[in-house]
Amino acid sequence: MIEFKHVFKKYTNDIEAASDFSIKIDQGEFVYVVGPSGAGKSTFIKMMYREEKPTSGQIKINEFELDKIKGHEIPYLRRELGIVFQDFKLLPKMTVFENVAYALQVIEKQPTEIQQRVKRVLDLVGLADKADAFPNQLSGGEQQRIAIARAIANQPGIVIADEPTGNLDPDTAGGIMDILEEINQQGTTVVMATHNSGIVNQRKHRVIEIEDGHIIRDQRKGGFSKNE
Amino acid sequence: MNSLTFKRHLKESFKSLKRNGWMTAAAISAVAVTLLLVGVLLAILLNINKVASDIENDVQVRVLINRGTTKKQQQQLRQELSSLSDVKSIRYSSKKQELKNVIGSYGKEFKLFSGDDNPLNDVYVVKTKQPKQTVKVAEKAEHMKYVYTAKYGGASAKKLFHVVDSVRTWGTAIGLLLLFVAVFLISNTIRITILSRKNEIAIMRLVGATNGFIRWPFILEGAWTGLFGAILPIVIIDFGYVWLYRVLMASLASTGYQLLTPATFLLQIDLLLILIGIIIGALGSAVSMRRFLKI
Repeated sequence: MIEFKHVFKKYTNDIEAASDFSIKIDQGEFVYVVGPSGAGKSTFIKMMYREEKPTSGQIKINEFELDKIKGHEIPYLRRELGIVFQDFKLLPKMTVFENVAYALQVIEKQPTEIQQRVKRVLDLVGLADKADAFPNQLSGGEQQRIAIARAIANQPGIVIADEPTGNLDPDTAGGIMDILEEINQQGTTVVMATHNSGIVNQRKHRVIEIEDGHIIRDQRKGGFSKNE
Repeated sequence: MNSLTFKRHLKESFKSLKRNGWMTAAAISAVAVTLLLVGVLLAILLNINKVASDIENDVQVRVLINRGTTKKQQQQLRQELSSLSDVKSIRYSSKKQELKNVIGSYGKEFKLFSGDDNPLNDVYVVKTKQPKQTVKVAEKAEHMKYVYTAKYGGASAKKLFHVVDSVRTWGTAIGLLLLFVAVFLISNTIRITILSRKNEIAIMRLVGATNGFIRWPFILEGAWTGLFGAILPIVIIDFGYVWLYRVLMASLASTGYQLLTPATFLLQIDLLLILIGIIIGALGSAVSMRRFLKI
């Protein structure tokens, strides 16, 4: 469960990226966050995993109250989230297997269990045969699928994706969406910031639109823009 | 942290050394060069100090006994001398022996003075517990009965003490400066290897790794870098010192002064270099990482 209550975020340069955000996302929802560049999508997403701290207001992610959370508790919050980035953020010196395993090593799982789980998620994203490759030997789409595998490896309740298809061609983007929807089918909440109107209009889900730091639309099965 | 995780960190640190190939090689070489410098200078300084101490310890008080003093009176004087608290040992040298020494140093011509013509005195050679106490002991002995005169080398001994003192002070100062330079160079090298991995650290934080979990492999990696960096300097210094010891001792043998014996000295210096390498390596990592681990 994700809940924002009267959340404001003002950067030091006086830009207001979030003005009175109040929103609730239930477990198992699929939500697109849309809006022009610089509107505040990224800030909205980043506040969920505590990369940005709200200026005021309350944010609740599962049992974590982000306005009260202490620095040393942040890793534990992030273990309940799977985060996917536009630029993948894979560890360059680790193999595909090790990248995915890292998320499980941090929670101190047994090696045999790590072995099995990594294999399972790599199967899910269709890249089991690339386990020993390094990220720079893979295409962008493949890297993003590895990043998703890492995000879901420890079975988080929520997956947060910030422009996951931003660097990918349409076909590859479709493949990524298939995976995200499949994860969502299994009960995982998916929050996805995107610019891709095609995807939003084709695969209808709840849409939250942000413009100039305000939430201007929150629509079930909405389109990319208001009238679609 | 359980043992499983520690094993993971250990494995990870070695893997990272391997995968950062050139960076690792550069860091290890930098550490090696620094430690070689430290080791060589330390070996020189410690040996200078050793020889200086040897020279200093050679200083002794020669108490010349009045001619015509009986054996019993000499015994009395000996007791009086040994009652001084600063005296470590007293050696008796008869005037016959004294003459032999003179003949040994200056030549056969002095054989003329053998027998009853011997103009020399019987001597008590007094060693003090601390070299600098010779001055005091000589002064006291001077005023004792049956004493002709007591010599301790006078101005030249005082000058020697002065030289030895400044050698020690400067040696310590240079040693400390060097250690400081080593700390600076090694931790800076390791800092650069970590700076280049700033992004990796950021990613680790994003996938829920605690700071401790991120830090350990880096600290271990720093420690290995220091350890591996110490190997080459140790090999060079060990072989170099053994060779130099052999060459120098050949020419020093006649003087009675000694360099530090390789067996114990090298063990100490090797251990020291390893410790400096490991500690500075690990600390350098820990400190350089700190700012990337801030929230």
